Amino acid sequence: MHRFANPNRFMQISGALLPWTAASTVLLVAAGLYLGLFRAPPDYQQGESVRIMYVHVPTSWMAMFCYTFLAGSAAVGLIWKHPLADLSAKAAAPIGACFTLLALATGSLWGKPMWGTWWEWDARLTSVLVLFFLYLGYIALVNAFDDPTRGVRAGSILALVGFVNVPIIKFSVDWWNTLHQPASVFRMDGPTIHTSMLIPLLLMGVGFTTYFFWVWMLRVRTEIVAGKIRAHRRRQVQRAPVDFAGDGRAVSTEG
Amino acid sequence: MTRLACILGREFRLAQRHGMDSVLVVVFFVLAVVLFPFGVGPEPNILARIAAGVLWVAALFATMLGLERLFQADYEDGSLELLMLTPLPLEGVVLAKVAAHWLTTGLPLLIAAPLLAAILNMNVAGFLVLILALLLGTPTLSLIGTVGAALVLGSRRGGILLSLLVLPLYIPVLIFGVSAVDAAIGGFGVRAQLLILGAFLLASLALCPWAAAAALRQALE
Amino acid sequence: MNRFTGHDLDCIRGERLVFTGLRFELAQGEALVLVGANGSGKSSLLRLMAGFLRPARGELRWNGASLSEDPEGHRARICYVGHLDAVKPVLTVAENLGFWAELWGGGLESVGPALRAFGVDHLADVPGRFLSAGQKRRVNLARMAVSRTAALWLLDEPTTALDRAGVAALGKVLAAHRGRGGMAVVATHSELPLDGSKLLDLGYFAMAEVPV
Repeated sequence: MHRFANPNRFMQISGALLPWTAASTVLLVAAGLYLGLFRAPPDYQQGESVRIMYVHVPTSWMAMFCYTFLAGSAAVGLIWKHPLADLSAKAAAPIGACFTLLALATGSLWGKPMWGTWWEWDARLTSVLVLFFLYLGYIALVNAFDDPTRGVRAGSILALVGFVNVPIIKFSVDWWNTLHQPASVFRMDGPTIHTSMLIPLLLMGVGFTTYFFWVWMLRVRTEIVAGKIRAHRRRQVQRAPVDFAGDGRAVSTEG
Repeated sequence: MTRLACILGREFRLAQRHGMDSVLVVVFFVLAVVLFPFGVGPEPNILARIAAGVLWVAALFATMLGLERLFQADYEDGSLELLMLTPLPLEGVVLAKVAAHWLTTGLPLLIAAPLLAAILNMNVAGFLVLILALLLGTPTLSLIGTVGAALVLGSRRGGILLSLLVLPLYIPVLIFGVSAVDAAIGGFGVRAQLLILGAFLLASLALCPWAAAAALRQALE
Repeated sequence: MNRFTGHDLDCIRGERLVFTGLRFELAQGEALVLVGANGSGKSSLLRLMAGFLRPARGELRWNGASLSEDPEGHRARICYVGHLDAVKPVLTVAENLGFWAELWGGGLESVGPALRAFGVDHLADVPGRFLSAGQKRRVNLARMAVSRTAALWLLDEPTTALDRAGVAALGKVLAAHRGRGGMAVVATHSELPLDGSKLLDLGYFAMAEVPV
């Protein structure tokens, strides 16, 4: 079928790339963890607990990166009706949701020694929480339809609406936060960060990105194969001599 | 324009024949607010402190009530397909639906809100701003909700899914709505909050009908 | 002289290729009857023609101009009757029909004759929820008669739940429509009185069986 030409090429390319992304993920994350956990200096205020940062900060980056990737795929899928873009969006969502959940969990763990509570209504953490709900909404919507293509299309529209809303939510939460409590205790941005901390951070960030592409390719490949199995099933049904299925939508009866 | 009025007229007639939808929304709103004193205790100070937030959160939930049925009935009986085939752009149909939803849901809330604010012992200084903020905020809620309602058409679990999709997107309106009322009670300026609520309304007015129409098109494919 | 044509149409529904390479041609006053087994894509073709669906490949043209260039103009010339009757249970028959008459610009005065054409004018004040399946179908079909500006009628199994008198009335309305220069595409399993209509068997355009 002419529509399957592209997925076949994707299978070839991704098949060649898979071992490379897997290997670079292992190397980068191992190096990042080693430098971050053993070589980087402890913080003069927070001591050893600052090391959670080497997981927390890259996962927050990834949470945002995955949503951008998801929205980009959704836009391509909607505009050019490319089936591979639909699969790409669907495959990226759960990975992003996991990164978001990790960012929330590590943020909460970090909050305990920092603020003395498991959950602090800090502007960043709260925005990430809302982002997590956006991911959950997307995943729930995509899986709520009997026809998989229909679910992905609806999900794509939602992803774009959500993407437009992310900066608005961020702005609102920042506003709300400054009203209700003093500025955040700890700020990652600014030039104050030392190179010995920056390098492991970047290594982890790049490692998580290659991890994302690794798992994303695996998931897209699975979706392609699943689609082929569905097509196979359908041909079996079509060949069967029994002919009782209605065509298209149900005929209305009384009431 | 006459076509828009025509659809709006039909929505009203349907709402009226189905009976009391608006009344039920208001009853729900009142009930949700009345639950709070039982939850947090009847001390007037505490109630006055949380009044704006309680009213807004209850209003958020109340606007969710009618959303699921907004397109569902027309989708199930085939009217939606026919509405798509009118000379009116689908975005216009969506706008008429939004207007109907707001007039039957948002407007009654607006009228009930000051009474409930009085029950919660809210400072009188906040009343006018509360109404203004609801006036600017509830149409935005209807607009965002319409997109959600169009997206869940034909899905297996409409209602609960709808709230998962829509409630996170309501957060900015909630934040600035409450902030406006609190600022008014505290004696600060409310211009910024009201302007931002207005900006949300204009932005969603420009984007939501378009997104909802796209969702409807793919629902009817 | 209006012409409605389809060129090399492919239709994909829910990951399934329903038909491929489909062509048709319809001139003013002509009727096209779609036949084919269940699942051969009669409804899908009608939905393509109505613009609900886009063809995966190929093009639909009205007087030589592609539909994708002017989707709104196309919508304005269509009257579509699907499986669902779109009769609101709480509105009376006259109110149900009157809404569409106003929306399509036919005016309320077109409601009475339309109901009479399908023999349901005595039900004008009855709310939709009291109607039988056949009566609902007649009200649904009467909608065609109020949309006089629609040049192209697309009917999906219009005879479902209709009795013999209803089928005859439908035939008469269709003939009048074609006499005015209108076109009709009808998907049906049963006999309809349509003189000189063309036949399109969708079985010819099913995908050739691919050995697995």
